[in-house]
Amino acid sequence: MSILTGEKAAPSVPLPADWRDLVALTKPRVMTLVVFTGLCGLLAAPGHISPVLAFTAVLCIALGAGGAGALNQWYEADRDAKMKRTANRPLPAGRMTRQGALHFGVGLSVFSVLLMGVATNWFAAAILAISILFYVLVYTIWLKPRTAQNIVIGGAAGAFPPLIGWAAVTGNVAALPIALFMLIFFWTPPHFWALALFVRMDYANADIPMLPVVAGETVTRRQILFYTSIMAVAALAPVLLRLTGVVYGVTALIATGIFAVMAIQVALSRETDPARMKPERRLFKYSVLYLFLLFGAVVVDHWVLTS
Amino acid sequence: MTPDEQRLIQARQRARSRVTGIILVALVVLFFAIALAKMMGG
Repeated sequence: MSILTGEKAAPSVPLPADWRDLVALTKPRVMTLVVFTGLCGLLAAPGHISPVLAFTAVLCIALGAGGAGALNQWYEADRDAKMKRTANRPLPAGRMTRQGALHFGVGLSVFSVLLMGVATNWFAAAILAISILFYVLVYTIWLKPRTAQNIVIGGAAGAFPPLIGWAAVTGNVAALPIALFMLIFFWTPPHFWALALFVRMDYANADIPMLPVVAGETVTRRQILFYTSIMAVAALAPVLLRLTGVVYGVTALIATGIFAVMAIQVALSRETDPARMKPERRLFKYSVLYLFLLFGAVVVDHWVLTS
Repeated sequence: MTPDEQRLIQARQRARSRVTGIILVALVVLFFAIALAKMMGG
């Protein structure tokens, strides 16, 4: 049976990884949101930065996220193999070696931090380094396999990009990027638990103590609603503290209202069949759009206020 | 190693070499642009 046809035949020698597998190792879909929130933090910051350096800063955020994603997949290869959603990733599918993934992840991470420091400033580089280390050491290695609160605390790792983007321009952090950090931090639990509800068996098979696996669906649904209410406060805080203007205020009010309605639908649902969990899937998809909308509004607001 | 595997390895090595070349050229251009931006006051 030919390996060229793509059929499952074990090669007699280890094959070099395809470059597309190296790209897949960086979790490009997750990177999209990271890059966007980092870019918005950069665009909303006061002051001027050369377009070349701004591009480099965003590139560094992307490369750092990619490196962290590769290290996450390196560490979780065995667990990924047990989950339908992740079984076809390059490592569990056997398309590249773990050592190759480790070298790629470390190289990409170190390069992104050094380039950020050289191109913008070392404060932004330090936050980037902290975010990578937090994602790999605190979230992936420490929290994820041990506690159902993994994504509550680990969510901080995904909340750093607006701080990094802002710091790349200003060399410091201020109230607005911290408010945006808090928004992503409290957005993460309802986002991930909505997903965890309809892929619960995947997590159970891989022995990952996600909340629906450990505490059950009813508790998870209540927790989604609880964290949505905190997220709503975090979403409205920038406008209440006058860090943003009307554009953000109106966007946040409407978008958060829709989010809350969807979260209530999830909280009230008693569906146990993952295939029929439409409100959960809807909330998961909408939560991604929600973050795009709010961060986009922050940038538009900044342009309106400064023009 | 079968001939199919040999062909696949060579194809992957060629593709990786091409991608590495493109990345290296892009990095040269990027570092040049960063140097210019820094010299002009960032």
